[in-house]
Amino acid sequence: MKHFEVLGTGCKKCVNTAESIERIARELGQTVIVEKVTDPAKIMEYQVMSTPAVAVDGKVVHSGSIPEHDTIVGWLQS
Amino acid sequence: MLDIFTDFANWLTYSVIGLDPATRLGTSVHFFIEDTTKILFLLVVMIYVIALARAALDLERVRAYIQGKNRFAGYALGSGFGAITPFCSCSSIPLFLGFTSAGIPLGITMAFLFTSPIINEVAVIMLWSLLGWKFTLAYVVIGMAVGIIGGMILDAMKGERWLKDFAAKAYQKATQTVKEHPEETAIQPVQKMTFAERHQFAKNELTDIVGRIWKWVLIGVGLGAALHGFVPDGWFAENLGSGQLWSVPAAVLAGLPLYSNATGVIPVMESLIMKGLPVGTTLAFCMSTVAASFPEFIMLKQVMTFRLLGLIFMILLANFMVVGWVINAISPWLFTGF
Repeated sequence: MKHFEVLGTGCKKCVNTAESIERIARELGQTVIVEKVTDPAKIMEYQVMSTPAVAVDGKVVHSGSIPEHDTIVGWLQS
Repeated sequence: MLDIFTDFANWLTYSVIGLDPATRLGTSVHFFIEDTTKILFLLVVMIYVIALARAALDLERVRAYIQGKNRFAGYALGSGFGAITPFCSCSSIPLFLGFTSAGIPLGITMAFLFTSPIINEVAVIMLWSLLGWKFTLAYVVIGMAVGIIGGMILDAMKGERWLKDFAAKAYQKATQTVKEHPEETAIQPVQKMTFAERHQFAKNELTDIVGRIWKWVLIGVGLGAALHGFVPDGWFAENLGSGQLWSVPAAVLAGLPLYSNATGVIPVMESLIMKGLPVGTTLAFCMSTVAASFPEFIMLKQVMTFRLLGLIFMILLANFMVVGWVINAISPWLFTGF
């Protein structure tokens, strides 16, 4: 099971990002864990400077915007 | 070229709606139509063009560029990049930590964050079209000065002592690394972007920014239009003229509880200045509205102690007041014909 972390201090874009991932995973019939990480110290450890950012299984794959639909599908299927 | 918007507003206000140019309502509506059409048109064109040009600029590269520069160049670079880097205020905290954990001094990081809300492409486009290039240039110089001087004072007072523990530790660790392994901080080579990628970036920027700010433009221009039509000419000059020193701190305090971005404030500025409010007082009011906002400060609380937040707040307010007084004192020479 893939573990997604959405990194961000709680703005609207971060919420949207987490929701898109959950929705698309449901559409593809996958069960995933989506966790919102708002703790600044944790975000710093990931060395992310623009949010929302996304980490899959502990590795940052995206930062600075709400990811596109196809990008999310790509993470789910890889 | 921009006359077309005046003509359009004339036509719509006086011929189509049938308002009388001599009435307050007529001038207000005219002002609103002219400014909203002009601003929205310019924003759409210019945001796209500017985004094309800076598509390859991201925070990682900016950070690499600022890192390890000598202090004084550092403040100017921090403030300059704060002005031109695309950056959403919801990223303030990660950006702050990203800079701090790379060993960039607190004052330089804050120079970036101070200047960022004051100067951005939207503000510059609006100022230029509403108040002319001289005023725009003065605004940019002042916005950067506020950031640079604010950052310097903060470092001179050793503000980093009052960071939250985890941030302070990250900063110390990074300054050690920079000393021992300077090669780790080398700038990454620039990634070439194709035109299609730049176009995509610019298109996203355009929809994102315009989608976010169009209502601010309407609110700002609406307020400006109301001031324009309903406050008598010369009222500000008589009651809040540059002779009254207290009017600057009053303007700064009045701006504090108002939270807006530069987009909403600039049309109001235009009206205030046209009605004779001194330029320095107007600027002090605007900067206080735009740059010292409580939501922003509450966010910074996650990485700073109250002591440091208070200090930063005081430095900003003092800067705005000095800006107001100085510009009021020299504006007769600066803005002749204004």
